[in-house]
Amino acid sequence: MPAVSKGDGMRGLAVFISDIRNCKSKEAEIKRINKELANIRSKFKGDKALDGYSKKKYVCKLLFIFLLGHDIDFGHMEAVNLLSSNKYTEKQIGYLFISVLVNSNSELIRLINNAIKNDLASRNPTFMCLALHCIANVGSREMGEAFAADIPRILVAGDSMDSVKQSAALCLLRLYKASPDLVPMGEWTARVVHLLNDQHMGVVTAAVSLITCLCKKNPDDFKTCISLAVSRLSRIVSSASTDLQDYTYYFVPAPWLSVKLLRLLQCYPPPEDAAVKGRLVECLETVLNKAQEPPKSKKVQHSNAKNAILFETISLIIHYDSEPNLLVRACNQLGQFLQHRETNLRYLALESMCTLASSEFSHEAVKTHIDTVINALKTERDVSVRQRAADLLYAMCDRSNAKQIVSEMLRYLETADYAIREEIVLKVAILAEKYAVDYSWYVDTILNLIRIAGDYVSEEVWYRVLQIVTNRDDVQGYAAKTVFEALQAPACHENMVKVGGYILGEFGNLIAGDPRSSPPVQFSLLHSKFHLCSVATRALLLSTYIKFINLFPETKATIQGVLRAGSQLRNADVELQQRAVEYLTLSSVASTDVLATVLEEMPPFPERESSILAKLKRKKGPGAGSALDDGRRDPSSNDINGGMEPTPSTVSTPSPSADLLGLRAAPPPAAPPASAGAGNLLVDVFDGPAAQPSLGPTPEEAFLSELEPPAPESPMALLADPAPAADPGPEDIGPPIPEADELLNKFVCKNNGVLFENQLLQIGVKSEFRQNLGRMYLFYGNKTSVQFQNFSPTVVHPGDLQTQLAVQTKRVAAQVDGGAQVQQVLNIECLRDFLTPPLLSVRFRYGGAPQALTLKLPVTINKFFQPTEMAAQDFFQRWKQLSLPQQEAQKIFKANHPMDAEVTKAKLLGFGSALLDNVDPNPENFVGAGIIQTKALQVGCLLRLEPNAQAQMYRLTLRTSKEPVSRHLCELLAQQF
Amino acid sequence: MIKFFLMVNKQGQTRLSKYYEHVDINKRTLLETEVIKSCLSRSNEQCSFIEYKDFKLIYRQYAALFIVVGVNDTENEMAIYEFIHNFVEVLDEYFSRVSELDVSFFNTVFHGTWQTHSGPYQEPIDELPKICSALEPQQACFSLDSSSFKGAASTTPIY
Repeated sequence: MPAVSKGDGMRGLAVFISDIRNCKSKEAEIKRINKELANIRSKFKGDKALDGYSKKKYVCKLLFIFLLGHDIDFGHMEAVNLLSSNKYTEKQIGYLFISVLVNSNSELIRLINNAIKNDLASRNPTFMCLALHCIANVGSREMGEAFAADIPRILVAGDSMDSVKQSAALCLLRLYKASPDLVPMGEWTARVVHLLNDQHMGVVTAAVSLITCLCKKNPDDFKTCISLAVSRLSRIVSSASTDLQDYTYYFVPAPWLSVKLLRLLQCYPPPEDAAVKGRLVECLETVLNKAQEPPKSKKVQHSNAKNAILFETISLIIHYDSEPNLLVRACNQLGQFLQHRETNLRYLALESMCTLASSEFSHEAVKTHIDTVINALKTERDVSVRQRAADLLYAMCDRSNAKQIVSEMLRYLETADYAIREEIVLKVAILAEKYAVDYSWYVDTILNLIRIAGDYVSEEVWYRVLQIVTNRDDVQGYAAKTVFEALQAPACHENMVKVGGYILGEFGNLIAGDPRSSPPVQFSLLHSKFHLCSVATRALLLSTYIKFINLFPETKATIQGVLRAGSQLRNADVELQQRAVEYLTLSSVASTDVLATVLEEMPPFPERESSILAKLKRKKGPGAGSALDDGRRDPSSNDINGGMEPTPSTVSTPSPSADLLGLRAAPPPAAPPASAGAGNLLVDVFDGPAAQPSLGPTPEEAFLSELEPPAPESPMALLADPAPAADPGPEDIGPPIPEADELLNKFVCKNNGVLFENQLLQIGVKSEFRQNLGRMYLFYGNKTSVQFQNFSPTVVHPGDLQTQLAVQTKRVAAQVDGGAQVQQVLNIECLRDFLTPPLLSVRFRYGGAPQALTLKLPVTINKFFQPTEMAAQDFFQRWKQLSLPQQEAQKIFKANHPMDAEVTKAKLLGFGSALLDNVDPNPENFVGAGIIQTKALQVGCLLRLEPNAQAQMYRLTLRTSKEPVSRHLCELLAQQF
Repeated sequence: MIKFFLMVNKQGQTRLSKYYEHVDINKRTLLETEVIKSCLSRSNEQCSFIEYKDFKLIYRQYAALFIVVGVNDTENEMAIYEFIHNFVEVLDEYFSRVSELDVSFFNTVFHGTWQTHSGPYQEPIDELPKICSALEPQQACFSLDSSSFKGAASTTPIY
């Protein structure tokens, strides 16, 4: 061990360490350590005062024992004593001990801070550095509070040594990153910028790091750094390879500093001052020129350092995106790297070129490298490089080369790594659609995609091809022919069966003229796949069959036979069984005219932005894993499901046959507010305290009388205010947070609770409603210890909600102290029936950073329910009066919670309707009635909920005098069970 | 920006770790295991950059020792890659033929060396004499990793 041989003192420590190393067993080691601990303890407690050297030695041993994984509960005081030593080594060990073993003992912290303070004031640069390093290493809030104000002073003081300035800059950076609010901005900021001109390169490097971090928050304060950075950069770049002495790394002058300066410049737009800009462009050109010069050294370190600068230069050029000449030169330089023998360079070149491809100036230049990139995709041995090549192909694709690129990517897909297949599939699907000149090519491509990588073709992809085929007449016949051929393969992917089933069901007639694809052939081909498919696909195929009956009457007998078979009619899966039963009856009862109407061709889908693109963006987003999990919750992913839903009006029983594609989990399109989270996302909606939903009217009343202010300002008087809801300013508010719908659902059946909670803020709600009026108390609790500033919660009415609901808010104080709670009162008047809830936008500044949050305010139409009691006879009479099909909304859904009659009752009461006993002949069923009170009109409402405990399903039927209300209430309530 | 710095040997034992963002102690073990696994699974023909979760790993291998730096995606890969080498050169100068044994037994020197010229990072060459004079060897006899304390640390020079 060469290092020990250099040492002089502390033999005891060396002996102890070698003893430990020679221990044969864990027990022996522990024994030796205990012996040493006893020895140290006795020394520390002994009467004889220890000299600095012994203290250092024993503290060292303690530290060593601690690092071996044993607890140390003494010696802190001795370590703190070492801090006041005048010997460097003793002080250093003291600081080391404290950095490693600092504890929250307040007495000790005071002493430590005192020692640090002394060292900072000592004017001995070595001691100052030690103290600064300690602050930076501990970096705790307490330390920040004690010293954050001193460090900027040391940093800009004229008489500070270079090494101290350097340490101070890095220490400040560390404190700023840990708790930005503690570092005061002030006149020192201007002087920090001038450190870029410092003689000492170490100081400059540290200062650049600090400024790069600070300027992200306050770009304007540090704007002057641009010209200083440019001139510093220019001096480095143009210096001879030996000018900077210590800072020359294998003949490259100050490579890391150059990289940092270039990075700092990327925080700002191109310099406005023409002279500065000219100088910078000159620098960038010099770097590009140097890349072409023969290397000054054969060593790889030389070229690595040079290339680090080059890549950063290229990022800056791309960031500015304004110098066509430089962009093209950068592209050519990267082109050379594409064939370099160093894998690292090829990787980085592909990566940088990907961003270059998006610039209009260099897009064409990037395209010239297409063959090299395709070759990389084929021959590269490193998966991450191949991935970059695929990314670049995607980025450089346009109409001129789409066919080539798509076919290459398809070919690559056959051998691609599993991890990246899905992404490639999405990319191919997007390119194929975006640059399709003729749609038969598009159909071919997607079918190929399914054939090659069926498992990786997500639903969005094959929904999309169906949408496009449905919307474009010219490609339908071709699509039918192609899928028919594709289905003839002995093994074809289930996704192919889905696409095939749908397309043949719609457009099979277009190829029926050919005897090779006559109707019976089509049917038997599809049916041969039937038994191998999952339930969802089989459901889709059943719909295809009923469509066949309409398209080809000659297949009717065969198909009815299939539907009638026991395996369908008595299928264990309720969806398949229902389809089989209903389709069989439909085919035998309905006349051809009716059949033709019911089963007519699908209408075109509304055009919208491709949801595949949205999916790819999500995949690419930061933290891709979690983004994917959230995918289902994202409204855009539901869009396509909603879009794929054929119009229910063409089919007699909307609920089962409405989803020809077998998308049972997809919510119907008519329920924007509550539909986003389908399925088990809602499982925990009622996981709160079980008593909450059952809060009857009595406690509500009590709450009301308590909180009702005695002043004469009744809700009505407030609502008469000439400027209601004037609060929401013109500033645009962000979209509601993804959980907003889920949070809203929690409040459908209850009025009080916690609406939202994160690390900063808790929002509680208490509300009560009477007739068409309501009052809501929002409680904003600051969970941090720091004051919120500019706190402003506002209520916003999206769309035409303004005319449906009047919400009047009172302003709240703009500051919310740490730990404090403020209350906001909202007066609400329901003017007419509404579907979407108002939005609550909360903005504030926390520690200087603006925070914004948009939630859905838990005001839903059912809040204005007035329960109505009625006898069975009255109920049935009204039920019959509301028998028009559009007055009824029905939904059959799986239970997401245990089916407990009491809980269900509580939920229905919470929903607002009265529960009527002895009305339904079946005592298991629930029947309710109520009137929705709005200013403009009243909507009578009857509901019936039939639980089926065996199937764990519910059927919910709502009848009201207004169609949208029926549907909306049905949606809201169905989410709750 | 550098998120963490690791020195791990081929057996997966961490010889040195330094985090610049808070990571729970128990999560560190998991992270380090995964990181070294992904480094070990790569061949010489593959590039030295790995996309890992939402950040990038940049690694270099010296004998049986891997040095891995985790950075966010705005960092200059090549600069960090070369910086690792620079760090090793500094160690080599200090220990004269540095080996894994030095790393495990002179942890503090490594911490000190790394701290002094990481920062985010500085120009290290200049710091060399200062580091060597500032950190006297006897202050440095500490091992961080008790379980591997008596483990077979290779004495092969890593550079």
